[in-house]
Amino acid sequence: MTVALPIKARIALSRERFHLEVNLALPGNGISALFGPSGSGKTTLLRCLAGLERATQAYIEVAGEVWQDTAQGVFLPPHRRALGYVFQEASLFPHLSVRGNLDYGMRRVALAQRRITPVAVCAMLGIEALLDRAPQHLSGGERQRVGIARALLTSPRLLLMDEPLAALDSALKQEILPYLERLRDELDIPLVYVSHAQDEVARLADHLAVLDHGELVASGPIGETLARLDLPLAHSQDAGVVVRAQVQHFDAHYQLLSLVLPDGLTPLRIAQPQRPHGSWLRVKILARDVSLSHQHESQSSILNRLPAQVRELVPADNPAHVLVSLACAGTVLLARITRYSADHLGLAPGQQVWAQIKAVALLA
Amino acid sequence: MPLGSGDLAAIRLTLELASLTTVLLLILGTPLAWWLAQTRSRLRGVVGALVALPLVLPPTVIGFYLLLVLGPHGWVGQATQALGLGTVVFSFAGLVAGSVIYSLPFVVQPLQNAFSAIGPRPLEVAATLRASPLDCFFTVVLPLARPGFVTAAILGFAHTVGEFGVVLMIGGNIPGKTRVVSVQIFDHVEALEYAQAHWLAGAMVAFSFLVLLALYSSRGHKQVWG
Repeated sequence: MTVALPIKARIALSRERFHLEVNLALPGNGISALFGPSGSGKTTLLRCLAGLERATQAYIEVAGEVWQDTAQGVFLPPHRRALGYVFQEASLFPHLSVRGNLDYGMRRVALAQRRITPVAVCAMLGIEALLDRAPQHLSGGERQRVGIARALLTSPRLLLMDEPLAALDSALKQEILPYLERLRDELDIPLVYVSHAQDEVARLADHLAVLDHGELVASGPIGETLARLDLPLAHSQDAGVVVRAQVQHFDAHYQLLSLVLPDGLTPLRIAQPQRPHGSWLRVKILARDVSLSHQHESQSSILNRLPAQVRELVPADNPAHVLVSLACAGTVLLARITRYSADHLGLAPGQQVWAQIKAVALLA
Repeated sequence: MPLGSGDLAAIRLTLELASLTTVLLLILGTPLAWWLAQTRSRLRGVVGALVALPLVLPPTVIGFYLLLVLGPHGWVGQATQALGLGTVVFSFAGLVAGSVIYSLPFVVQPLQNAFSAIGPRPLEVAATLRASPLDCFFTVVLPLARPGFVTAAILGFAHTVGEFGVVLMIGGNIPGKTRVVSVQIFDHVEALEYAQAHWLAGAMVAFSFLVLLALYSSRGHKQVWG
């Protein structure tokens, strides 16, 4: 099934010692992550989408509206683009109160085009109590939440975030992440999120675009893209896959939550409190937490043993390891095992094995 | 009465000249400073150097050239004559013209520093919040550059009050019309009226000190030359 992707960006830009050439299409809902090492061009790409950077050649279309088309000489300046932009540092106006900052963008949008109310945004981001404060008297996390609210109040058709958590320490990150998840789940605004942190991407993104040296290396749904063995993502220490699974049952005695994997049949049991039946969860299964065996070992403390088929084996960065891609329960799993074990088991593509999952992290 | 009517007229004229000059300089200097702070044009260095010239030139040099340009045979003088305005040399208008040039760097440089200190980020934020560049200038740049404007106004005013050479060259020494305090002091000394000179000179010292005190005690003092 092909879904029309309403955010189109073909961008070519040359700077001294840096060249960006990208042809990208992103979905019109959910969070799309632009992921890559620093210097890969992800922030430049985001700035081109916003019109803050003027690409040499570009075609940018969002929700049917052409923002830039160098072939036709079209360039909408940033203030004419219906976008919201959240910078790495919140960059609140120091001469305005929190309320003044929130009003700044909203007042410049015609009444008829305002779809988001200050009351709703302030409640969603938990900033009701901060309105009369000066930005200088906010914590880093509060500032960033106000920055997000300020961008949302322009009722954008596209929300752009440039590493909004990178300047925050880990505790503050944990404070902001749930708010970003609420944005994703409650608002119908596509969000393009620049990050170089794999854990943030796994937790938030629905779509993943990977950049390296100014080129688009991969772009696709998060589950598929994280599992691709040809990308460096799968080779990092905390490589793994993200799976969407539906809550089926809660075992009150053992306090185990049963989920159904994407094939609609295979259960996955995780040590988590009760969730509403039928609700969707995102779980992350790390490659290093998956081991393989030929037998179904029932005498084991491992809870989740799933039948799987080997798709591909590739050497890992550590010469003692290999990465195995597995087709399992309608999704793809990654396993990082020793090369010794792979040889010992005689693993080869097409083979049926049992995947033993030692741990499952709940993302949302 | 330590100050004669001539002294009072000179003080009044000086304050009028400094006020008008400051207002004109803020109006002219703001776009010029903004351009200098923002542009990547190669002309930036040339214009910056021209603006700074009055800092290093002897005031007599500025006065001399102004006299030539504004006088009956200069190109500005010819233009003003053609418009039926006569020439502005040896008039209050001539003093204003000279003062604007003489005090230009004292207004433009603090403004330019204040604009540069804002950096590109607030402008980008304003643009993503739907503010056009002009809107952004009035609602973000001006409020953020306020300390720079205070500094520029104080320095422009004080420096105009303190000018002598340019005034003498271009304004002559016409009581009530072009005779400002600094020239009046010079006249007193020439006439060996030392007591009169003391009163005016002392007042200038006190005034200048208070202005600088206000400037350096204010929060924005770091931006004065920064």
